[in-house]
Amino acid sequence: MSNILTIENVCKTYGGFTALNNVSISVPSGSVFGLLGPNGAGKTSLIRIINQITLPDSGTIYLDNEKLQPHHVHQIGYLPEERGLYKSMKVGEQALYLAQLKGMSKQEAKKKLLYWFEKFEITDWWNKKIQELSKGMAQKVQFIVTVLHSPKLLIFDEPFSGFDPINANLIKDEILKLRDEGASIIFSTHRMESVEELCDYIALIHKSNKILDGKLSDVKQQFKTNQFEIGLLCDDKEMLLNEIKSKFEVDDNISATFNADLKVVVTLGKNETSTDLIKYLNNKAQITHFTEIIPSANDIFIKAVANNG
Amino acid sequence: MDKLKLIIKREFLAKVKNKSFIVMTILSPLLMVGLVMLIIFLNDKNSSDIKTIAYVDESGQLATVFENSKSIHYVDLTALGLEEAKKKTETTYFGLIYIPKNDSIQYLSEGIEFFSADSPSITLLNSIESKLENKIRNLKIAQLQIDVEKIKATETNVDIVTENFSGEKSSKIGSLLRMAAGGGFGYLIFMFIIIYGTSVMRSVIEEKTSRIIEVIISSVKPFQLMLGKILGNALAGILQFVIWMISAGFLMFIITSIFGVEATSSSTAMGQMNPEMVQQMQQASTSDLQIALQEIKNMPILTMFFSFIIYFLGGYLIYSSIYAAIGAAVDSETDTQQFMMPVMLPLIIAIYVGFSIIENPHGPIAVGFSIFPLTSPIVMLMRIPFGVPWWQIAISMALLLVTFLGIVWFAAKIYRVGILMYGKKPSYKELYKWLKY
Repeated sequence: MSNILTIENVCKTYGGFTALNNVSISVPSGSVFGLLGPNGAGKTSLIRIINQITLPDSGTIYLDNEKLQPHHVHQIGYLPEERGLYKSMKVGEQALYLAQLKGMSKQEAKKKLLYWFEKFEITDWWNKKIQELSKGMAQKVQFIVTVLHSPKLLIFDEPFSGFDPINANLIKDEILKLRDEGASIIFSTHRMESVEELCDYIALIHKSNKILDGKLSDVKQQFKTNQFEIGLLCDDKEMLLNEIKSKFEVDDNISATFNADLKVVVTLGKNETSTDLIKYLNNKAQITHFTEIIPSANDIFIKAVANNG
Repeated sequence: MDKLKLIIKREFLAKVKNKSFIVMTILSPLLMVGLVMLIIFLNDKNSSDIKTIAYVDESGQLATVFENSKSIHYVDLTALGLEEAKKKTETTYFGLIYIPKNDSIQYLSEGIEFFSADSPSITLLNSIESKLENKIRNLKIAQLQIDVEKIKATETNVDIVTENFSGEKSSKIGSLLRMAAGGGFGYLIFMFIIIYGTSVMRSVIEEKTSRIIEVIISSVKPFQLMLGKILGNALAGILQFVIWMISAGFLMFIITSIFGVEATSSSTAMGQMNPEMVQQMQQASTSDLQIALQEIKNMPILTMFFSFIIYFLGGYLIYSSIYAAIGAAVDSETDTQQFMMPVMLPLIIAIYVGFSIIENPHGPIAVGFSIFPLTSPIVMLMRIPFGVPWWQIAISMALLLVTFLGIVWFAAKIYRVGILMYGKKPSYKELYKWLKY
């Protein structure tokens, strides 16, 4: 699969402070790519370099296999975390201005704006000033302006902040729709549940270094701890639990008895397979469920950051 | 280039559509005309106020000088005696002139007093004094039995005509005109820099606080944005000045043609001056009007015009890019104070140096500051009407250009980093660090 964006060995320092240290990332085309990391890790620096707001000290960036050049700004849509609009300018005028700065003609911009305004049911805002709108309303306008010129690459930095759950959902659906229509999306956030919902790929930046990247499912594989949750139906739960404990490593904290069945979390050793476990248990009791515990994005984030402390 | 045009257009429209801009543009000429009207009106009122002054002439020789004029009437109270006259004056008249009894003309001028409740104006006293002086001198001439006609025949009026070696005549009124032209241009640049430089700064701060800046500079280069802002504001400023000029001229024309204020007020103003001055002025106005016209023709008008454009552009661009950098460095307008001082200083020095140019347009201070690039736009323009060697203009403009490039480069760097820095007020040290980012 081709990459829409390839970042190779990018370094950036501010004075004596290193913001990015030899970071290389590939963003596959047509995917939602989660750019994650704690505050101050260097995400914004990287995003600004992709947008050519600042230049890297060293390293190369390719957009769609072309070395990044000034005209590429027309193919990128960027919704920054620190965002706003001209307060005393009318919504329509302002959106037209920003679209024209992205290289659209006035007529084209107007046509597309009307389409999006109708879609978001905000046509009557056209002649309102931004200062008359609420924060959430202004965010909608910003979202439209970001995607209006149909860029190949969209960069959203905390796109859901300031939205109520209904509008956040609306935006989420639009992002996924844009991906399905062929756009590639870089998505930076601290909200791990939205990473889970949206991202196909992730990269984790911590203290100016990339510490992790890949397909979200692969990363999860990489981070799984061979833990299984099992539900068992039997007569003597206590005896069974002790019996399992003698054979396998059982997580004390999670094992508890609910309802009729016994719920156990077992961590398998290197030489043990899940088949061994099932075979063993099958003789002891009736298995009601058997699930591998897959780490959440949240778990991965915390673990990776802690490991690279 | 298209983007730059877009930015200029937006900045221009944002400025022009602003309510305070519209109010200022419309109101200022009205205010200016109103102010002029008020001054004329007050002046008129002042002079139409007739003062009555009493006199007690115990010498009996000077009473003839007290002839009623438009603004002053005289009353002879000699018959009452000093004490009675004082009492009467206190209640009815503005003041009392007392001339003591004196047999000798030699000492006639001594001991003359003026009594009044409110102290008289200096013009009034001067006019009475000169009247008395003239009279006493005439009396003395008569006593010495000198023929007055002969004395008159000795009176001469020397008017030195100054001329430079290439044959251009100049005069006092000429240097006055030069001063006005140079000062006018210099002051115009000064005002423009301050008003529109600050406006550029505000606009930068607005983009920073509204957080639109990052969206914009992901589409355009920071330098383009800064330049667009500076040019857009300049266009708005030029528009405002043009509207002011036209509407003020137009209003003045209407008002003077309807009320005919100018003609009457100038004559009453003259009535207040003492006759010698009026005479001088009338003399001046006939012959000097021609000289003045000649002077205007003689001024290096073409040089003035072109250098005005160059210095105006250079000065405005240099200062407004500094203002833009300041705006980018801070988070709010209240934080700008510490950076404003070094910007205002050269401007204020330039205006003060401008005053000294009147005394000595080719002295070392004038030459120095007209070459120093931060003051040259104002100082050089004030000097040019007096004639400046071309090599000085050349050096000054070259330095201006170099400084312009340097400052814009410097400001653009600060601007580029500053617009993305939120939440703290930087020190000069940090600004220096930004240059290396």
